[in-house]
Amino acid sequence: MQASFQHTQTAHCENGAIVNLLQNNGFSISEPMAFGLGSGLFFVYLPFIKVNHAPAISYRPLPGMIFNRLAKHLGIKIKRRKFSNPQKAQRALDENLKQNIATGLLVGVYHLPYFPDEYRFHFNAHNIVVFGKENNRYLISDPVLDYTVSLTEAELEKVRYAKGALAPNGHMYQLVHLPEQFDWSPAIRKAIKKTCRDMLAPVPIVGVRGMRMVAKAIVKWHKKLGAVKANHNLANMIRMQEEIGTGGGGFRFIYAAFLQEAGEYLKNDTLVQLSSEMVAIGDKWRDFALEAARVVKKRSNTENVYQVLSDQLMDIADLEEAFFKKLKKAV
Amino acid sequence: MANPSDHGKENKREQMKKNEVPQDESPISKHGSNELVYAVDENGKMTAVQSKGWKPKSDIQYQNLEHLNQLAEEAKQLVLQGKYSPVVYYMEVHKMDWQTLAAYLNKWTFLVKRHQKPSVFKRLSEKTLQKYAAVFEISVDDLKNFKG
Repeated sequence: MQASFQHTQTAHCENGAIVNLLQNNGFSISEPMAFGLGSGLFFVYLPFIKVNHAPAISYRPLPGMIFNRLAKHLGIKIKRRKFSNPQKAQRALDENLKQNIATGLLVGVYHLPYFPDEYRFHFNAHNIVVFGKENNRYLISDPVLDYTVSLTEAELEKVRYAKGALAPNGHMYQLVHLPEQFDWSPAIRKAIKKTCRDMLAPVPIVGVRGMRMVAKAIVKWHKKLGAVKANHNLANMIRMQEEIGTGGGGFRFIYAAFLQEAGEYLKNDTLVQLSSEMVAIGDKWRDFALEAARVVKKRSNTENVYQVLSDQLMDIADLEEAFFKKLKKAV
Repeated sequence: MANPSDHGKENKREQMKKNEVPQDESPISKHGSNELVYAVDENGKMTAVQSKGWKPKSDIQYQNLEHLNQLAEEAKQLVLQGKYSPVVYYMEVHKMDWQTLAAYLNKWTFLVKRHQKPSVFKRLSEKTLQKYAAVFEISVDDLKNFKG
C-alpha cells in the first residue's frame, strides 16, 4: 500500500478522507460529488457553546456525517471504532496497516506539527488518512495538503487523543464493503433533498434561520459586548468559515461544482443553472468575509459597520432561502 | 470601511473565475503548501484550482494569533504581579480555555479554575503539578518557578 497509495488534495478534510479512501479501493469519486452526496452543506449557530471564547458557528454537519450519509446513499459500509485505551488504538491501526487497509482518523489539529501556527487551535474534527508505517513513522495523507507527511507514534497518539470539545478518542474508520454497482440517480436526489431540508429547517439556529440569527447577533455583539469582543467573535466566525472548514464561500463553490456534475449526470438543466446561482451566492459569502476582515483589522467601530455586515448576512440568508426552495423543486 | 455606499460596488464583482483565484501570500504558502479552491473556468465549468492563499483570510488568522499572543502577554504580567498562578499563562500560551484545559487534565472545570489562584496553586500536589507540566510540555520546575 505504501508504494501504491495515491494522494489527492481536496478543499475540505472530510471530503478528502472519503475521496482518498474510496479511490485507493478502486473507486474514483470527485470531491464535489462526495460533498454533495454526503449533504455536507450545512449551517448551525450554537450561541450557548463557546469555542475559543466565541459562540460556536458550524458550516458543516457533525464530523463523520458526510461520509455516513454518502455511504448510506451508495450502499457502502464503513467500520468505525473508538478506543478508551491509546495502546489498543495504536495496535488496531497497526493491524490495519499490516493488512494494507488505509484507515481514516479523526484527530485534533492543535498538536499536528506539520501545520503552521495560524492553523493550530483546539479543533478536534480534522480527518486524515493513514496509509502506511515506515521506520516507526506513520505515513499520512492529510487531504488539505498537496503532499503526504509522516508522524511518529507519539505524535499520532497525541492528536488521536486530543481533548476538549468533540474529543476523537482514537476514532478510526475504514471501508469494509463496496457494492458492485452504484445507483447514482436516487442517491443524488436524496442527498439534494436532505440538504434542502437542512438549510430550510424550521429550527431557529439551523440553516438560513440560523444565519439570520447570527446576522442579528452581530449587531448585538457590538452593542452589548463592545468592539473588541464583537471583533473577536467575528474573527472566529470568519475563521470557521474560511479556514480548515472552508465553510461559507468555499463550501458554496464545492456545492456548485456538485450541482453541475449532478445536473450533467441526471441531464437536468435546472441543476446546472442553479449551480451558477450557487457560485454567485458563494461570492457573496466571500464579500462578507472580506468586509468582516476589514472590520476586524481596522477596528473602525462605528455601529454602522456592524449593521452593514448584518445586512449582508441577511441578504445571503434570503438568497439561500430562495435558492434551496428552487433546488427542492428541481429534483 | 465605514462608508456603506462603496459597499455596493464591492458586491457587483463578477463570479470568481479560475484565473482570478487569489494567490496571496498566506500562512500556508509560507509553509510550502497551498489550498484547493473551486472556481469557474473559461467554459463556465467548475474546476479545482490550487491557491496560495487569500489576503482577508490570512489577515484574520494573523489578527487572531496576535490577539492570542496579547492574551498570553497580559496573563504573563498578571502572573508576575502575583495575581494569577502560572497555570493561567501557560493555558493562554497553548490557546486553551478552561474547558479544554480541564479536559486535558481529566478534571472538573471548576476545580481547574480554582488553580488560577496563587494561594491554591501553591498547595497543589506534586502529582497534579506533573499533570500540568505534561499538558504544557514543560518541567515541573518551570511551572513552579515562573520567570515569564
